Amino acid sequence: MKARVHVMLKNGVLDPQGEAVRHALGAMGFDQVEGVRQGKVIDLELADGATEADVTKMCEKLLANTVIERFEIELL
Amino acid sequence: MRAAVIVFPGSNCDRDLAVAFEQAGFSVDMVWHKDAALPEGIDIVGVPGGFSYGDYLRCGAIAAQSPICKALASHTERGGYAVGICNGFQVLTETGILPGALLRNAGLKYICKTIGLKVETSDSAFTEGYNAGDVIDIPIAHHDGNYFADDATISELKDQDRIAFTYAENPNGSRDDIAGILSHNRRVLGMMPHPERAADSGHGGTDGTALFRALAGVLAPA
Repeated sequence: MKARVHVMLKNGVLDPQGEAVRHALGAMGFDQVEGVRQGKVIDLELADGATEADVTKMCEKLLANTVIERFEIELL
Repeated sequence: MRAAVIVFPGSNCDRDLAVAFEQAGFSVDMVWHKDAALPEGIDIVGVPGGFSYGDYLRCGAIAAQSPICKALASHTERGGYAVGICNGFQVLTETGILPGALLRNAGLKYICKTIGLKVETSDSAFTEGYNAGDVIDIPIAHHDGNYFADDATISELKDQDRIAFTYAENPNGSRDDIAGILSHNRRVLGMMPHPERAADSGHGGTDGTALFRALAGVLAPA
């Protein structure tokens, strides 16, 4: 089983890297970009029997810092 | 008086911190991240600056899961003293010992310079050698020092006089210019600036010395 975890900064938390990317895209002439948020994708290869609940625990304990980040789990 | 300084793979301010403790009169044990217990009779634990575990995933995130950090959490839960500086502050927030988180600097640049640091409270073992309102010269050297916490946490820190230091001029986007905070019991300090790099005349400044001296004064056997 594989799981893909998406980790993004919560809304309202400043994302300086996303802002820098937005600025660069604007400077390149991509005027249609109004906002950029940058996050992480983490792919997990899991042994048989692993559950989404296990992945949720991994996210809460290590993969995301829930003070500033939210996460979504996608089972592949 | 005994201090322990934790060493993670990637720590680079551990020896500077040990020297600052020693100059204030502490004997210092260096403690490896894989150790599951702190030495007996430790009065304060120092979590040093650096790039623990290469800052992989998030600064301090992997260090926070190390065996020694479980011992550190037990130590602080028992009312033990601890100070985390720079990466050490990031580790303390990642363990949940201190609230909030340190984000990437708002200007995206690594900043390495001496800044004006305002002492917000003298009511702690760390800051009683200063007067509230003093502005001291202390170096910063970080890429992720932008302190963030939600509104409720910021209000609580203010109401409980737990903001230890603020920046005279905000270099990194930290909320409310916050540079260092105290735990509920005021025995754990986390700060991004480096007082151990301003603790010897050879450093070009000694404004950090009072922090270690004050600690020694409080922790000296009665």
